[in-house]
Amino acid sequence: MEYFLELFLGGLTRGSIYALIALGYTMVYGIIELINFAHGEIYMIGAFTALIVASVLTLFGLNQIAILVLASITAVIYSAAYGFTVEKIAYKPLRHAQRLSPLISAIGMSIFLQNYVLLAQTSDFLPFPSLIPDFEFWEAYSHIIGSAELVILITTTIVMILLTFLIKFTKIGKAMRATAQDRNMAMLVGVNVNQVISMTFIIGSALAAVGGVLIASHIGMINFYIGFIAGIKAFTAAVLGGIGSIPGAVLGSLVLGLTESFATGYVSSDYEDVFAFALLVLILIFRPAGILGRSTTQKV
Amino acid sequence: MLKLKNINTFYGNIHALKDVDIEVTEGEIITLIGANGAGKTTTLMSISGIVPPRSGEILFMDKAINHFRPDTIVALGICQVPEGRHIFPYLTVMENLDMGAFLRTDKDNIKKDLEHIFDLFPILAQRRHQPGGTLSGGEQQMLAISRALMARPKLLLLDEPSLGLAPLVVRQIFEIIEKINNESNTTIFLVEQNANLALKTAHRGYVMENGRIMLTDATENLLLDENVKKAYLGM
Repeated sequence: MEYFLELFLGGLTRGSIYALIALGYTMVYGIIELINFAHGEIYMIGAFTALIVASVLTLFGLNQIAILVLASITAVIYSAAYGFTVEKIAYKPLRHAQRLSPLISAIGMSIFLQNYVLLAQTSDFLPFPSLIPDFEFWEAYSHIIGSAELVILITTTIVMILLTFLIKFTKIGKAMRATAQDRNMAMLVGVNVNQVISMTFIIGSALAAVGGVLIASHIGMINFYIGFIAGIKAFTAAVLGGIGSIPGAVLGSLVLGLTESFATGYVSSDYEDVFAFALLVLILIFRPAGILGRSTTQKV
Repeated sequence: MLKLKNINTFYGNIHALKDVDIEVTEGEIITLIGANGAGKTTTLMSISGIVPPRSGEILFMDKAINHFRPDTIVALGICQVPEGRHIFPYLTVMENLDMGAFLRTDKDNIKKDLEHIFDLFPILAQRRHQPGGTLSGGEQQMLAISRALMARPKLLLLDEPSLGLAPLVVRQIFEIIEKINNESNTTIFLVEQNANLALKTAHRGYVMENGRIMLTDATENLLLDENVKKAYLGM
């Protein structure tokens, strides 16, 4: 039972990281129907920014929590700026082009950003300082869930609640939903759609950066390629939950995280991807729009 | 109030509006009638800045607006109820109305306007927490008009408000349109295929064919015009 609980909580942790990234995919898709393949790279850039800030701050001898907070904030700002810029450079000029063009542009942006980090940094794995401390009071339970995982779970929950509030009740949130549902009509009630699209990229990128910092600190190593792998997983989770749906992305991520965790724990870690993608195939066979996806009929 | 001077609008290579001249004076209801594909909807989309004209000028209160973004045009006081209503399907009735007031910041007045709208359309008050997509066609048309009114427009563009509605509902909608014009002195630009109804509601009319304005006159005269009778009134 304890082993089950450990796997369960491990799966939730993993899933919540996926969710932080998957939200960016699903929100962007919801608004401009584009799979932003460069989104994983934004997450990777978040992790690298945190690494640089943390290394510098460590030299100044700041304490661990202060470093974690400052590194996260810088990573969020940097990633948001990258996300914003990527949209302006690679997608906005193609807004009225046929659908394949921005998709190819996205893949190009992904490759560009990977190689840019590869050149600016190195291709080797870099050690990432463990920014999340081991809390003493938690030691008694640490065999079930470690302090770092606990922090990840709590942070993600808080971020999700904030995001839900933003989408449901704020003006920009309503504008985002309206734009996703009917872009022309949103313009006709006075929404500046370009602003809404930029905002979507900024929020999605900021969420990815939070995920990047948390997981890098937990795993302890990063390189330029982590964004690609995490991106593919999070994208899978977004599709699993129903791309375009925000609760869907979270649910899909948790389901994916749990599946992987149980597959690793009860079968073998070699098979975690097999189970993850088999689940994706199964769900897409029976619910092609994803778990919470709305099946839309295309007008011809 | 609104002047379209020689505007030409294109969809790709298709020349949809050809040298269109239309003038709307403050306080009146004008109507643009014509067959399917004549360019009526394109005219409204050009005014709203969704499909800006390639040449010509659109003046609103003596200011050229043909290069403005759609949201700037709404901010100036031109609101459109597009053809097919375009309710945000997953936003509640309340949220749809909130979106109508998107650019406004005067909270107290927004509240007053909302009450006024619920007086005008009590059914919307009943359904305020329901997603817009679950309303019937008539209710959606009421919501679409209400959403536009929430912006306190100076000029209201209405595209085919009667489309797909039962005759009784159509009559109700048109009564409301006249009421809006009378009570708040809102200028109305009405596009309709139901020429009979449109000409009886409006003060002046324009007849459009293949992207050109063919005829314009007071609606009393248009109703008597032999060509209009034959082509649009089925007489």
